Amino acid sequence: MTAVVLRIKSIQYRLRLLEYIKKAGAGHTGGSLSCVDILNVLYNRVLNVSPENFADSRRDRYIQSKGHSVEALYVVLADKGFFPESDLETLCRFRSPYVGHPTRKIRGIEQNTGALGHGLAFSVGVALAGKKDNADYRVYTLLGDGELAEGSNWESMLTAAHYHLDNLTAIVDRNQLQISGHTESVCRLECLTEKFQAFGWSVRSVDGHDVTALADVLGSIPFEVGKPSMVIARTIKGKDVSFMEHDAKWHHGVPSDEQYERARRELETLLMEAGA
Amino acid sequence: MSFEPGTELGKANLDVFAETLLELAQDNPDVLAVTSDSRGSGKLVPYAAAVPDQLVEIGIAEQNLVGVAAGLASTGKIVFAVSPASFLTARALEQIKNDVCYSDQPVKLVGISAGVSYGALGSTHHSIHDLAALRAIHNCTIIVPADNFETAEAVKAAARMFHPVFLRFGKRPMTHLHRPGTAFQVGKSLLVREGSDVAFIATGETVIHALLAATDLEREGISARVVSMHTIRPLDTDAILAAADECRAIVTVEEHSCAGGLGEACAAVLMQANRHVRFRIVGFPDEDTVTGSQLEIFTHYGISAQGLAGTARKLLASTDQ
Ligand SMILES: [Mg+2]
Repeated sequence: MTAVVLRIKSIQYRLRLLEYIKKAGAGHTGGSLSCVDILNVLYNRVLNVSPENFADSRRDRYIQSKGHSVEALYVVLADKGFFPESDLETLCRFRSPYVGHPTRKIRGIEQNTGALGHGLAFSVGVALAGKKDNADYRVYTLLGDGELAEGSNWESMLTAAHYHLDNLTAIVDRNQLQISGHTESVCRLECLTEKFQAFGWSVRSVDGHDVTALADVLGSIPFEVGKPSMVIARTIKGKDVSFMEHDAKWHHGVPSDEQYERARRELETLLMEAGA
Repeated sequence: MSFEPGTELGKANLDVFAETLLELAQDNPDVLAVTSDSRGSGKLVPYAAAVPDQLVEIGIAEQNLVGVAAGLASTGKIVFAVSPASFLTARALEQIKNDVCYSDQPVKLVGISAGVSYGALGSTHHSIHDLAALRAIHNCTIIVPADNFETAEAVKAAARMFHPVFLRFGKRPMTHLHRPGTAFQVGKSLLVREGSDVAFIATGETVIHALLAATDLEREGISARVVSMHTIRPLDTDAILAAADECRAIVTVEEHSCAGGLGEACAAVLMQANRHVRFRIVGFPDEDTVTGSQLEIFTHYGISAQGLAGTARKLLASTDQ
């Protein structure tokens, strides 16, 4: 899939996730918009996983630790054919399986997440099993930056380095914002690169909206043999909707009718500019 | 010489757990023990020496232990996550709830040195909340074996289960309670002694004390039944209702807070089935738990032959229910 096609897909995913959040009247808008390009590149360029091989023990695994951005995951999984996209009309409705965080009830989802600081430990377990079995699948997990304040992540980082899990990649959606505001004012994270390195990980930083750069970085894993890989994806919360970008209030903000129309027009313009 | 329940001392249930796990691991390379610097307290040093590739050491990080165990289990590994019950079921409770139970990953959670096994070390090391906490979380079988036989059977049964299970073991040697040939089934209690005046429904390391109390009561002409309720969930409601229908009083006994454990579970079964029977819960009251050896703490709270016989005697003599 070429960079142009990927870029178009990203905008289409943003349009769809906004549509379903608008219909549901609920969702984690800002973070879903910030991680869409990462999911797009993973599912369309990197992961060996599909509806056909999902029961195969040799499939690659993706575990979304920042579970609240499930709307981005849902539209990508629907696009990959894991379930009909029309299912998403029921998002967050009474007894719909499409709840506001990932669950294994939905085909394509590996693990129930949503409480923060859980995805990395689970991913370490899957990667460790792969090493024990000499399997060649790879394990990818997506962490929020605010989520890094959960101490369990750092426990899991120790274990991943201890067991030389170079089949494991963690990606941080580094959008600099969490629900209360800027990450550095809520609980200072920097210098993240040095911290991850000190924990025994091989670290690369990338523009998390540049699909070509993302594909390059995620395609060159492991960065170092014998070490787990950490990708700091520099992103913009609310990406591609001008009035949502860089604004923590859109963490789980739902657009009004007027805002939704404006967002849709902006994204459709971007779609035309991208050559769709 | 014929076997008499409650007369022969066996090993610590923890030792039997570790031996049984080693047998399972030697039969099946997918069996893994995951530990939090707890191989010594889990009696897993021989296991580690015999099958080093089947022990995953996490270090002192219980949250991580449970999360990693869930990931391992998701790939088809048969995973026993072994850590002191006090830390496993409190510090890692969210991982148990979400990563294991809600996600239905078939981890076997093993709480070692459970209850007040670490009695002298203080409340940090007591685990008398775990049954209540886990009973309120969906999708977790809870097994509290009373003796070596129940322990070995519970470990083997857990290895075969496709859903989450919690096992709880103490470290004092336990007396054999069951005759050879007894069949063990998860969710089905075992009758240790028949009786028709009072029924002791006990679990785990308290069962032997109920049996000794029953022996004492017999000398006074009181017939006491002893039920080993090794599975706390699913609870054997038939045995509880039978005790209410066939005995005049029920005394529940557990190495756990009186809040939310076996006793309250039995009370709910009885009341909702409209059985009005004389009833007492023996466990740890809502107070700063005393410290000392497991036996000293048991005795203090009436979990002893003398204490339980006294509770039964008074309950049978009481005119009000
Ligand atoms: Mg963030």
